[in-house]
Amino acid sequence: MSGRYVAICVALAALALVPAVATVADAPFYTGLFARIMVFAIAAVSLDLILGYGGLVSFGHAALAALVIGFVSLRTSGVYFIMITLAFGQMVYFVAIGLNEYGGDDGLNIARHSDFGAALNLDRPVVFYYFAYGLLLLFLFLGNRIVQSRFGMLLQGVKSNERRMIALGFPTFRYKLTAFVMAGAVCGIAGALFANLTLFVSPSIMHWTRSGEIMMMVILGGLGSLVGPVFGAAAYLILESVLSRLTEHWQAVLGPILILVVLFSKTGLYGIFALPRRRSG
Amino acid sequence: MAEALLETAGLTKRFGGLVATGDVSLSIAPGEIHAVIGPNGAGKTTLIGQLSGELTPDSGAIRFAGAEISRLGPARRAALGIARSFQITSIFREFTALDNVALAIQARAGHSFRFWRAARRDARLRDPAFAALGVVGLAGRAELVAGSLSHGERRALELAMALATAPRLLLLDEPTAGMGPEESASMVRLLAGLKGRFSIVLVEHDMDAVFALADRITVMVYGRVIASGTPAVIRADPEVRRAYLGEEGG
Ligand SMILES: Nc1ncnc2c1ncn2[C@@H]1O[C@H](COP(=O)(O)OP(=O)(O)OP(=O)(O)O)[C@@H](O)[C@H]1O
Ligand SMILES: [Mg+2]
Repeated sequence: MSGRYVAICVALAALALVPAVATVADAPFYTGLFARIMVFAIAAVSLDLILGYGGLVSFGHAALAALVIGFVSLRTSGVYFIMITLAFGQMVYFVAIGLNEYGGDDGLNIARHSDFGAALNLDRPVVFYYFAYGLLLLFLFLGNRIVQSRFGMLLQGVKSNERRMIALGFPTFRYKLTAFVMAGAVCGIAGALFANLTLFVSPSIMHWTRSGEIMMMVILGGLGSLVGPVFGAAAYLILESVLSRLTEHWQAVLGPILILVVLFSKTGLYGIFALPRRRSG
Repeated sequence: MAEALLETAGLTKRFGGLVATGDVSLSIAPGEIHAVIGPNGAGKTTLIGQLSGELTPDSGAIRFAGAEISRLGPARRAALGIARSFQITSIFREFTALDNVALAIQARAGHSFRFWRAARRDARLRDPAFAALGVVGLAGRAELVAGSLSHGERRALELAMALATAPRLLLLDEPTAGMGPEESASMVRLLAGLKGRFSIVLVEHDMDAVFALADRITVMVYGRVIASGTPAVIRADPEVRRAYLGEEGG
């Protein structure tokens, strides 16, 4: 077991203490902030599966109609892939706006939090936090298995050299579609959590800038590391929360910071904190 | 003569006004090494592309093991047992040599909707991959990242990947391209050792290699087949000498 592995486990475990620390410090605000971080981390981890491992770019990722989008966009490639997923993302957005009976552009008010019986009342921030935290750990574990499996090797092969994969006899399309649907489903769960968190689904959740944000979290945290995007989501949202209190133009500050990190380390925060890459068997 | 493993009839592929292959008809017997030679731009790579399925012929037919395959995609054809190497080495540069070959083994080991077991600890992939590396003399380089191998080693790695898919037909597009004389000679020895185990379509510029290995030779010029036959026949063919062998200095 490498030092990096231990450090990551400690960092993830430390997240379990957030509600306790927030309560002791009498700052419940932090439970809410970190709950948001958990939700976006789930989305970022799912995006990393297709972006960091499969090399598939998808702005429309946040849209929940992943299957349809995946099928149509995988028929195309390169720039068209981006354009079409973007277009689909927009389409879902406008359809959502058009649905007046669900509140239209003003968003869809959800009367109350999802309630999984008395045992799991997501109304309570602490319960919600641990629910999202548990899901994040589960998806990290599953994702980690997947990227090491045959399916994961195949995905990485597609990213490295798809032409070679096809020449070896892999019908890559169906595997890419599968990856897309899996990631889309997990991202959909993150979307549902987000709706719960805000009690308010606005079409802007589905807007592509939102998936652009998630993509920035992935890149900031480190593409192709699964756990990196968790720290990317944390850094992004904490920075956003701090900066937006200081200035209205927080995005103008955040942008350069992101660029600096990416310039400094191709593998984002994960690359910076994981220190020199030493292979330990 | 045994029934042909691969047969093409009238394969034609145009790029705009250019006829890259015009009416190419070939027949390749099981176990045969069939060399395809010709000057630059003759259409050799275009022919390989149509056989492997990356290019769709404008007209003509391809029969492989008795079935018409000219409308099948490249992945399907690979699964039927047609493996290729590329003129410009095509490998997974970020993976180790062993990972590269293990992916080739995985390709022929049924579907890859397997999400749980760690592929790098799967002996069913690693053991045969390691054996295939041994065949091409790369056993000692197994754990090196493919991108860090020498040019000759990468060419050998690509051959190991093709072999690992357990093909019936190998399409080799200039396996000695860019190699020095020593690397080239060892590649020729390697191919000679494979002789008889697969059918091989061998595109090659190195005439020594061609005449050392080939059972039959097809000569292409400007997309057309100008001669086809045994090495002795080709060597003696006046049109070939004029159009091609003469140019190359014999
Ligand atoms: N995708 C393409 N689009 C347009 N023209 C092409 C394409 N591929 C090949 N050609 C042209 O078709 C002709 C045959 O090319 P091909 O690569 O098959 O030749 P080759 O015999 O393999 O040559 P070399 O010995 O240089 O590898 C050339 O004139 C080439 O420029
Ligand atoms: Mg060529």
